[in-house]
Amino acid sequence: MHHGSQLKRFLLFALIPLAIFAAVLIYPFIQGLYLTFTNWDGFAHTKYVGFANYAKSLKDPEFWSTLRFTLKYVLVSLVAINAVAFGLALLVTAKLKSSNLFRTFFFVPNLIGGVVLGVIWQFIFNTALVSIAGKMGWSLFESSWLGDTNTAFWALIIVTVWQSSGYMMIIYITGLISIEQDVLEAARVDGASAARTLWTIKMPLMAQAFTISLFLTLRGGFMAYDVNVALTGGGPFRTTELISMHIFQDAFAFGNFGTGQSKAVLMFIMVATAALIQVTVSKRVEARA
Amino acid sequence: MKEASRIAKRTVFIGGLVLSVAYVLPFVLVFLNAFKPKYDILENPLAWPKTITMDNFTQALQKMDFYRSLTNSVIITVFSVTGLIIFSSMLAYYLARNKNKFTHTTFLILVASMIVPFQALMIPFMSIFAQFVAINNRAALIFFYQGFGIALSTFLYHGFISKIPMDLDEAAAMDGASDMTIFWKIMFPMLRPVTATVAIVNALWIWNDFLLPRLVLTRETQTLPLSTYLFYGQYSTEYGQAMAGLLLAVLPIIVFYLILQKQFISGISQGAVK
Repeated sequence: MHHGSQLKRFLLFALIPLAIFAAVLIYPFIQGLYLTFTNWDGFAHTKYVGFANYAKSLKDPEFWSTLRFTLKYVLVSLVAINAVAFGLALLVTAKLKSSNLFRTFFFVPNLIGGVVLGVIWQFIFNTALVSIAGKMGWSLFESSWLGDTNTAFWALIIVTVWQSSGYMMIIYITGLISIEQDVLEAARVDGASAARTLWTIKMPLMAQAFTISLFLTLRGGFMAYDVNVALTGGGPFRTTELISMHIFQDAFAFGNFGTGQSKAVLMFIMVATAALIQVTVSKRVEARA
Repeated sequence: MKEASRIAKRTVFIGGLVLSVAYVLPFVLVFLNAFKPKYDILENPLAWPKTITMDNFTQALQKMDFYRSLTNSVIITVFSVTGLIIFSSMLAYYLARNKNKFTHTTFLILVASMIVPFQALMIPFMSIFAQFVAINNRAALIFFYQGFGIALSTFLYHGFISKIPMDLDEAAAMDGASDMTIFWKIMFPMLRPVTATVAIVNALWIWNDFLLPRLVLTRETQTLPLSTYLFYGQYSTEYGQAMAGLLLAVLPIIVFYLILQKQFISGISQGAVK
């Protein structure tokens, strides 16, 4: 393979996709990082301001309450989605005649975008449940869950779990069926109980599925936007804004491009750090298993 | 022993049934109420419609500009996914078949870029591309999707191509076939399973995407998720119409899923586990 053909190959196969990738992803990313150190107002910047934008962001009390709300959301949704998804995967792989049908149903919410799902559940929480509760005398749903910060949080969790568990279920199913039958047969012959087989054989052998699913839910939690916007819209009084929506509002609704972008950079650092820690820990657990 | 396992099976079955109902119930609710007049919905959202009205659909179709939004969604999804298949398969072929420092680094950058959330660059993004968006926002959006989707798609193709023995392309090269011919005539047909995965994963993402289209598109070019969101925001108290609109919004993808269910599930599991 001589040099000329090497270059020609690059031009033919790689130049266009890499150029688009650089233009759409790399350049705005670097530019965004750079702009946080200037007095950028969305159009122009005239001078460097050092860490002023970051300092201002960190002094914003709403940013801190958003961060707390986001972390709580990430943690709770991570645990809930994975617990439910793993349960569904066990159920679907239990060799019932109706397994495939169940799997089909569990996966359906995942096909629909978060906005449409959020809006459907807005109707359920605001209208359907309130109307049913009024007739049946259920005090739990008497007033809409979306009207109160605490219940709105749980509404967000319910919708998120309902939406994402089907996807993670598929990952767990793939993990479960990749376990060799001889191993399970041996455990059965040895008289291991179902729970013990699950805990000491199945789960360690499919540790990789947990790594992937935890990573995806962690990342998804930090980036959640659609369901947030469509279900609670951040309300009541901006108390249920997740970080993604907070950044959007800061920049595009209030025109604070400098702090908006520096919060976005902080968000990136958080996502990257959390994902790195999670993958490192998971890989270590995988290696021990 | 046998009796016990039968009871266990039955319990699992009932559990599955209850959960299935719970997962589909929201859609059933939308379906039932889409055919009711407003006051029947308020009276009992769970009841079967007493009087069936199609008026909700006529209103929703018109107010959410359904056909235009659907056309926009189809155009944007089809062009974006086709572009991604072409670009990412070629790039992956190049990266997998030319092992050197440059291709190795490029591949690592692509993989690392998958952790960058769109939110981290959306603000400068909109000012950088403002002019492009102003000229033709649909074309701009399709272009953006190439950039945001290339990493995962290339990664999926790369894993598959790396497992195909080199002898194959070398033999063809001996016969005097050009690089392009080798790729499109010999390699690409062999990539069909990954192509299916890449197509499904990207189509689902682009079809349902909201944030980027919200920033880029206008009323004339809006996709289904956008028009659904705006429509619901405006008419959420017209419950019947809102439900008809939601039903219309979820219908296309559910029909698609029921037809291509096997491909969807295997595509998703391949796409995720890699």
